[in-house]
Amino acid sequence: MMTQRENPFDDIPGTTLFDAEHSRKGYHLNMFCMSLMKPENRAAFKADEPTYLDRWPMTPQQRDAVLKRDWNRMLELGGNIYYTSKLGATDGLSFQALAAKMSGMTQEAYVEMMRSGGRGIEGNRSKSEWRDG
Amino acid sequence: MARIVAGVATSHIPAVGAALDNGRTTESYWQPVFAGYEFSKKWIADLAPDVIIEVYNDHATAFSLDIIPTFAIGCAPEFPIADEGWGPRRVPPVVGHPELAWHIAQSTILDEFDMTIVNNMAVDHGLTVPLSLMYGQPKAWPAPVIPLAVNVVQYPPPTGNRCYNLGKAIRKAVESYPEDLRVVVFGTGGMSHQLQGPRAGLINAEFDNAFLDELIADPAHLAQRPHIEYVREAGSEAIELVMWLIMRGALDDRAKEVYRYYHVPASNTAVGHLILENPGLPQQRIAETRIEYGMPQLDEQPEDVADEVVV
Repeated sequence: MMTQRENPFDDIPGTTLFDAEHSRKGYHLNMFCMSLMKPENRAAFKADEPTYLDRWPMTPQQRDAVLKRDWNRMLELGGNIYYTSKLGATDGLSFQALAAKMSGMTQEAYVEMMRSGGRGIEGNRSKSEWRDG
Repeated sequence: MARIVAGVATSHIPAVGAALDNGRTTESYWQPVFAGYEFSKKWIADLAPDVIIEVYNDHATAFSLDIIPTFAIGCAPEFPIADEGWGPRRVPPVVGHPELAWHIAQSTILDEFDMTIVNNMAVDHGLTVPLSLMYGQPKAWPAPVIPLAVNVVQYPPPTGNRCYNLGKAIRKAVESYPEDLRVVVFGTGGMSHQLQGPRAGLINAEFDNAFLDELIADPAHLAQRPHIEYVREAGSEAIELVMWLIMRGALDDRAKEVYRYYHVPASNTAVGHLILENPGLPQQRIAETRIEYGMPQLDEQPEDVADEVVV
């Protein structure tokens, strides 16, 4: 039996490492997103989202996160940003628009933050520095 | 014989490609980014390399979670431009160099780097944006390109040290190719950026500039940096920077910086760009370009002094 080892990446706040565990958990979610690279699949998805999602054996939680466009929840459930961004593109959302949503900012505030040099590293290295972890 | 004459490092931000393709390069937001490559366009036109080996990563375009090669070398005669969900970029198809690519594949595999050989692959912004930044908008790319795709999406990507050593194996491969070809190696991606989750938008200019310094001066030490430092200090997607170590490994230890550019932001990302030249390049034309751009001249071979001390 494998023992649970402490993963130092877990201490980085607001960040999901796309490791083996996430990849296994998120395979069908990500491959659903990958299917949206084809225009005919995008059209079928837009026409009837729940029926289109039946093609992928996702968990009810993953399905729910997709339908609600809960971008951070998708990442927690095994999604990877390069895949979920394809769902974003289907909705007409740029990487920047998604980044704003995932960090809980308006796009205007996010763009302004980036113009001012981006989110600083001070206070963003460890979960112990984030009030809510 | 073929030889590597120079290296180029650059970010490969998709929004930069979109700005160029949509004629927005003179907008105040984008103007500084493109201005940062004006010298580079002149430099590469002067140098006119015969082949480019471009190290980049595929962003869930040609590869998905079905097959995840750590290192994949494109051996095809041509690589179509991928549709990444917005229609393919309107740039010329990428012409390969199958003879040299196969030679590198064979040489590196026998050197114990287990390369994946790819004969059919669309290329995404990771490969095309650096070409656009360096060459602008030509009707055809002026040089054939050998794509070398590195997995940096699925953890773990290769270590910095593995990348650095692969660069050395690539140099050995190129130098054992009989035809006289002048090769430039591109290392792409980075610099600090995080595209995902509540910490999205992270930028660490101090980290980035220290990385540039160490990449030039002490790459063997930089190659020992563990993945977690990239992710924690410079964002989850900054791990792409390990690809720059492949370029650096392919160059001479004494390679010199001829140009550097750093700018924040382009969309979510810090733009970093570096040009390194191997010793022995005909310096005359390069020097003229430097004068034209008002840049400081290179030192007169300071390494000779160091050599004398050692010997």
